[in-house]
Amino acid sequence: MWKWLHPYAKAEKSYALSGKLMPWFLAVALPTFVVGIIWGLAFAPADYQQGDSFRIIYIHVPAAMMAMGAYSTMAIAAFIGLVWQIRLAEMTVAATAPIGAVYTFIALFTGAAWGKPMWGAWWVWDARLTSELILLFVYLGIIALYNAFSDKVLAGRAASILTLVGVINLPIIHFSVVWWNTLHQGATITKFDQPSMATDMLVPLLIMIVSFAAFLGFMVLYRFRNEILQRESHRPWVIALVQQSSSSVNKRG
Amino acid sequence: MFNAFLQIVRKELLGAFRQQSDILNPIWFFVIVVTLFPLGIGTDPALLARIAPGIIWVAALLAALLSFERLFKDDFIDGSLEQMMLAPQPLTWLVSAKVFAHWLLTGLPILLVSPLLAVFLSLQESTFWALFLTLLIGTPILSLLGSIGVALTIGLRKGGVLLSLIMLPLSIPILIFSTMAIDAATFGQSYIGLLALLGAMLVGAITLAPFAIAASLRVSVS
Amino acid sequence: MLQCKNLTCVREERVLFNNLNFTLAPGEILQVEGPNGVGKTSLFRLLVGLSTPYEGEVHWQHQSIALDRDAYYQNMLYLGHKSGVKPELTALENLHYFHQLFNPKVEFDAWEILTLVGLAGYENVPTAQLSAGQQRRVALARMWFSDCPLWILDEPFTAIDKNGVQVIEKLLIKHAEKGGMVILTTHQDLLLPPQLYKKLTLQKPAAGEQYV
Repeated sequence: MWKWLHPYAKAEKSYALSGKLMPWFLAVALPTFVVGIIWGLAFAPADYQQGDSFRIIYIHVPAAMMAMGAYSTMAIAAFIGLVWQIRLAEMTVAATAPIGAVYTFIALFTGAAWGKPMWGAWWVWDARLTSELILLFVYLGIIALYNAFSDKVLAGRAASILTLVGVINLPIIHFSVVWWNTLHQGATITKFDQPSMATDMLVPLLIMIVSFAAFLGFMVLYRFRNEILQRESHRPWVIALVQQSSSSVNKRG
Repeated sequence: MFNAFLQIVRKELLGAFRQQSDILNPIWFFVIVVTLFPLGIGTDPALLARIAPGIIWVAALLAALLSFERLFKDDFIDGSLEQMMLAPQPLTWLVSAKVFAHWLLTGLPILLVSPLLAVFLSLQESTFWALFLTLLIGTPILSLLGSIGVALTIGLRKGGVLLSLIMLPLSIPILIFSTMAIDAATFGQSYIGLLALLGAMLVGAITLAPFAIAASLRVSVS
Repeated sequence: MLQCKNLTCVREERVLFNNLNFTLAPGEILQVEGPNGVGKTSLFRLLVGLSTPYEGEVHWQHQSIALDRDAYYQNMLYLGHKSGVKPELTALENLHYFHQLFNPKVEFDAWEILTLVGLAGYENVPTAQLSAGQQRRVALARMWFSDCPLWILDEPFTAIDKNGVQVIEKLLIKHAEKGGMVILTTHQDLLLPPQLYKKLTLQKPAAGEQYV
């Protein structure tokens, strides 16, 4: 009897806890997004070199940062999961990977869109873009590995190992790409980050970063909860939950 | 403990020499891929020499991928892998022996045929030595990285493509540093620094990869 | 002494068995029974540490096997469904490898042992060319030079003829008399006198506990 109670309470508890936290993350993410995007797109001054097209950094930079942030989250969760054998942490890895991949894709896409007016081509082998492309490959590899296992406990563990291998490798990849780039590319305007940014450009950027980070947290919790429900779908508490919510829908309908 | 290491290497080599196609096919593949490039882009010696490092390294990567399947797959199927995991020696040590044997059977032959390719692609002697040294240091890293991928995907029915998806992005730094070193040699610059970097990566891989391989095997073989 | 404490085995969210407890003391032979799919092989893989239990622990000499694998593996011989015999190598080379990797301290004569398991004359043939039963005998030959007290045998008699089964059963009795422990599954009934061995019947989980 006890051995059933113990992990069951844990998953149920973290389900409830993440449910309580979720609205707070959303409460931060939405207003900051509205304020940040309007400020950044409409009120921040135009760049003297790049004109209005620089404004894409208000999407690109936060997305790129959170692409890394999602990976760090995964790496920490993977480490906890493997060392202390905590299945919930391995679920977090699996839940975060697709979000990280989407953020990376947004960063890549906005980077390319920025490149079109700047460099005259959709794709230039810029160090930062190349690193992001490789990061996307790594994300896709982790997601593919996770989906390939039919036993999701093993899948979570395999994905966690690969995440940790990646976390050692990613800095090396980044470093090698930057070096390779300086050798092959020469002098192009590759920098998104100006040496010093005017305050009225920087503040909306910071707001957007906060917004993207909060939204990342919200999405991670959301997918984490789904993951729990899926894995535990035969447990009594999930069944009770489903019955409860369907009956409340019926009442409303 | 050294005896166990030697026994595993001995067994791998014996098995491979009984099934020689296992060693020879990836090497053939390597030579054929490199041969395709002059046929595809023309035979101008200057052009070939310019892109030779990239061609050879990409071909070496692909050849390594081909050979990874047999590294653990046969052992997984006939059960000798699970027996190895139950041996009274540390698994990290035993998988190191497997990876070493794998390198002897795939990395070393690539080194041996590299002079032939240097002739095919009009490499100068100094450039060839840079190529040789990067292959010498780089192919063991490939074996180690690839073994992690194999260990993760071995229990899966369609692990082959997934292995490439996992492993190729991780091997990009080796590709970059190696081709940079060869380029530097072509222009007569010093490439010791790059070799040292590759060497550092090799040391890192030798110390860390066996743990990742052992952990992955414990997941895959269960 | 081998102890199972509250073992629960889960495969792809299905509970195979739960709350399994048993102890195997020196000198005992334990036969695990149950219909196909009840988790006999899964249980054995938990016992040898190839997979990790969803709940519960396996203890060897009062120490969890996950904590000290090397000590456990020095005392344990596992023969699974897959023989672990390399088909490219000869019977002699296979035995030599097993001996060196698992029991290097035991003195043995590979030729003699191959004669004992009925492989005289096949010593230098690659095992791929042997019949299924003969390949199985190569794997089983490990029992003759193993100094491990604990033998875990998953379907050891598959593809073995009657004569061979008798020889192996005698060996099991001898092993138990020396204070060894044996845990095995078979589809045939053991021909041993019933007082010499115990039975454990695996059962499916109760209706409400089939899923995690």
